[in-house]
Amino acid sequence: MDDLVRRRRSVLAAWGMVTGAIMALAAVAALFLAPREGEMGEVQRLFYFHMPCAWVALGLAITCVFGFSIAYLVTRNLRYDRIAAAAAEIGVMFTTITLITGSLWAKPVWGVYWTWEPRLTTTLILWFIYVGYLLLRWVAAPGHKRARLAAVYGVVGWVDVPIVFLSIWWWRTVHPRILGSGGFAIAGSMAWVLALCLAAFTLLFVYLLVLRVRILNLSSLLAEREAQAEDEGVEK
Amino acid sequence: MRTALGLVWTIAWKDLRCELRAAGGIITMVLLGFLVVLVFSFCLESAARESASARSGILWAAFLFPGLVAVGRSFEGEKEVQCLEGLLLCPVDRSLIYLGKLLSSTILCWGSGLVVLVFFTALYNVGLGWEWPALLGIMLLLAAGLSAVGTLAAAVTVGVQARGALLSVLVLPLLVPLLVAAARCSVVLLGSEPWSGLGLWPVLMAIYDVVFVAVGIAIFEFVVE
Amino acid sequence: MWKAEGVGAVEVEGLTFSFGITPVLRGLDLVVERGSTLTIFGPNGAGKTTLLKVLAGLLVPTQGSVRIEGMDAMKTPTALRRLIGLISHQTYLYPQLTGRENLEFYGRMYRVADPRREARSMLEQMGLATVMDREVNTYSRGMQQRLSIARALLHRPRVLLLDEPFTGLDHQARGSLASLLGTVGDEERTVIMATHDIDEGLGLSDRVAVLVRGKLALETGAPPWERAAFLARYRETVAGDGGDASSGSGDGGGGSEGGGGSGDDRSGDGGSGDGGPAARGEVPPA
Repeated sequence: MDDLVRRRRSVLAAWGMVTGAIMALAAVAALFLAPREGEMGEVQRLFYFHMPCAWVALGLAITCVFGFSIAYLVTRNLRYDRIAAAAAEIGVMFTTITLITGSLWAKPVWGVYWTWEPRLTTTLILWFIYVGYLLLRWVAAPGHKRARLAAVYGVVGWVDVPIVFLSIWWWRTVHPRILGSGGFAIAGSMAWVLALCLAAFTLLFVYLLVLRVRILNLSSLLAEREAQAEDEGVEK
Repeated sequence: MRTALGLVWTIAWKDLRCELRAAGGIITMVLLGFLVVLVFSFCLESAARESASARSGILWAAFLFPGLVAVGRSFEGEKEVQCLEGLLLCPVDRSLIYLGKLLSSTILCWGSGLVVLVFFTALYNVGLGWEWPALLGIMLLLAAGLSAVGTLAAAVTVGVQARGALLSVLVLPLLVPLLVAAARCSVVLLGSEPWSGLGLWPVLMAIYDVVFVAVGIAIFEFVVE
Repeated sequence: MWKAEGVGAVEVEGLTFSFGITPVLRGLDLVVERGSTLTIFGPNGAGKTTLLKVLAGLLVPTQGSVRIEGMDAMKTPTALRRLIGLISHQTYLYPQLTGRENLEFYGRMYRVADPRREARSMLEQMGLATVMDREVNTYSRGMQQRLSIARALLHRPRVLLLDEPFTGLDHQARGSLASLLGTVGDEERTVIMATHDIDEGLGLSDRVAVLVRGKLALETGAPPWERAAFLARYRETVAGDGGDASSGSGDGGGGSEGGGGSGDDRSGDGGSGDGGPAARGEVPPA
């Protein structure tokens, strides 16, 4: 038992170190090795940070919330509920970072901090959905009931995101486009740096998720033990 | 199938009857809608009030406020008198309870929206031709979607503190596609643009409604078990 | 001995239920024969209301199985609810509907063949015919209780669950409920009742059980019971199994509610605490 715990701990530590090393490498690559983009200049380097954050928030985290919500509803194992909760917390964080870096990007490129660009707007809506999910967890008492209700909202939220994107995309195509798309062609060496950054952030996401789930597991175990102790105290 | 529809209607009828007899409930909702129209009208200058997009913003805000109240009430009434348990005791599939609640709340939202639309029409010279029934149709699509999502959210938040605000916070982000679509449609209808401007927006609304009613049917039993 | 023979209308095996992380029922086994009446006594927070809610299909067991009339509660929950009637201190009535509308609504929900006629005859039986077209919020508490009994019996349930049925009943409702329970044996209707009221409880039932801390602690055989002897055994059971031994068993008088009762209240047993031990003839809490 102890052996298993120790082995898990060392795997996690190794994962952390590898993640840290690749993150550092990715930072160096994004800031110094990647070629300077001709039109936008140094600002474009933000992209190596912005895009992986968006990938974690809109790709990984919400899929985890959805997947583990379904897993909870099917198996009724609270462990899955805790994974979904951890994924949502990480999702909020990365959605926030995506929004902030997106605005910082928009200012020099489009001249405004905010524009109703479909991806940006969808990210904002997603942020509200994540926060609503966490609010719901926050106001309800821990246990199976909360897990059930949160899972339901998690599933509904996930179903909503593509429809939100579709509607805003249509909406924008109706309105005249004053602003350019802000896109650029990705040169070969840029693609390599981007791939490295994506890998780094994916590793980081998994690392954070495992850490957070461990904390949630332990604190629920603690609550359980406390309730048990109180229980036995009453019995004696 | 016929008995299932009968049960859905029985539940909805019961809700509507309770709602009609409860003192002031519907009147308060409708007045809330009127007041939203007034408040927004004071905020806008007369030139801005003429624009179709400003007017459709006012219309949907005035629809949404009472609509959210109506959705919230659909389980509040049950909770107040602890009848939700009584309903759950019945040998009825949970999805039928969801559909019954969905139906009553759609009728309630749409009904209050209708009254608000009459008031709005009087104040803003909305054309009384085909635009009017078309607006009502858009309103029905919006009411159904609001109720589909809202009934789920209302059931999820039964018994939590500060429920009204939380319910809105949970529902409104999910409702964005419907609101975008409804706004597009009403801009066309209120701005006397050609109807081809509606495009696929009503279709998007219908798809949204179907998707979320289906999700609600599938998932409601987990909410109330 | 009664566990082994006959067909159980209600069979519960290893039933565990927890709200959040606190277990309320802990591996409870119970068999109730068809047509018999079982009364469950127990201190506040013992899990009586929870047990009845699980049997009624309102709560899903965390572990264990529940079978009612041979049907598995996990597999056919909807069909099973048709067999059950629940009377509790909650009336489950809509105050804005009239008495008749309430019964007709529930009649339709239970798919009673002729809801109008059934509702009417039920209202007459319960002495509510004269007020049936008034909204329920104009009813007295006793009238609401009677209407609630009518609601639970409308679909002729095979298994009747009663949660503190005598709390807050007026004299008339008490009489009609007692006489109703007196005749249930003829109809092969099984009754499970949770109550504090020791006289009614002992007088109306074939079997008696005591629920302490989520388990059945004492099951006694056939009537008649001697009140004093039962009370003594009840105190012994509750004190020995769960309650606060130091204050509970020493002098088994009425003054022990202070210490033992409060500790047990926490496990969320619905509203069974409202009656209180003050009234004559109630089982004192542990």
